[in-house]
Amino acid sequence: MDLLFLIILLIVAYITGSIIEKRHFKSIMEREARLLEQPFVSDSFIGPDDKVENVRLVMGSCVIAADRFKVFLGGLRSIFGGTITAYESLTDRARREAILRMRQKASRADMVVHTRIQFSEVGKAKVEVIAYGTAVYLEK
Amino acid sequence: MKIILTTLEIVPNKAIIEHYGIVTGSTVRSKHVGRDLMASFKNIFGGELKGYTELLDESRREAIKRMMQQAHGKGGNAVINIRLATSSVSAGASEVFAYGTAVKVE
Repeated sequence: MDLLFLIILLIVAYITGSIIEKRHFKSIMEREARLLEQPFVSDSFIGPDDKVENVRLVMGSCVIAADRFKVFLGGLRSIFGGTITAYESLTDRARREAILRMRQKASRADMVVHTRIQFSEVGKAKVEVIAYGTAVYLEK
Repeated sequence: MKIILTTLEIVPNKAIIEHYGIVTGSTVRSKHVGRDLMASFKNIFGGELKGYTELLDESRREAIKRMMQQAHGKGGNAVINIRLATSSVSAGASEVFAYGTAVKVE
């Protein structure tokens, strides 16, 4: 009886988890495409001819939980070791979402420089990402 | 209180005229039971934990505000080289820590 319940839970988790993930990736890609024009770097390069008018701190964050199926796969994987693909997509989603939120806050800026990404785990199978950087506004 | 915040080592186009050393701000928050309950549901089906994200946003803002106040108290008008750090103190409580260098620019 318990085993049956576990199997049903895993199946439900797998279905909902992959639907949510697919939708999320789709929306991430759409928004990333929209921001393609804006330079966004992790160093502090500002062109020598650029006249900076203003700078501002921008941040974005995201907390994402893994579904039970992913946790199950991850647990299975850590017996033998190796790459846990199920978790890779989770961290990828969280990071890209946080970066996107940060860049959306700087949507009128000419570029975002000196971006840093901060990662931490809150509880079991929940990841938390903060992306922060400096939005640079150039003189027109 | 207008303070320029940046993750750069400089404030572009502005000369730094005085250095006040490091300023910090931190806050520890926990989510309420309702949010925690929702989070455990989400842990079955997957997806974003909006309540946690909001909480994180709030605490980040608070930490930065405290850092700004400290910089203001020292007489600075900008904080450069800002870094953020998070850590989970216990289950359900997390700390956000912001630090940077307070300076005075032209």
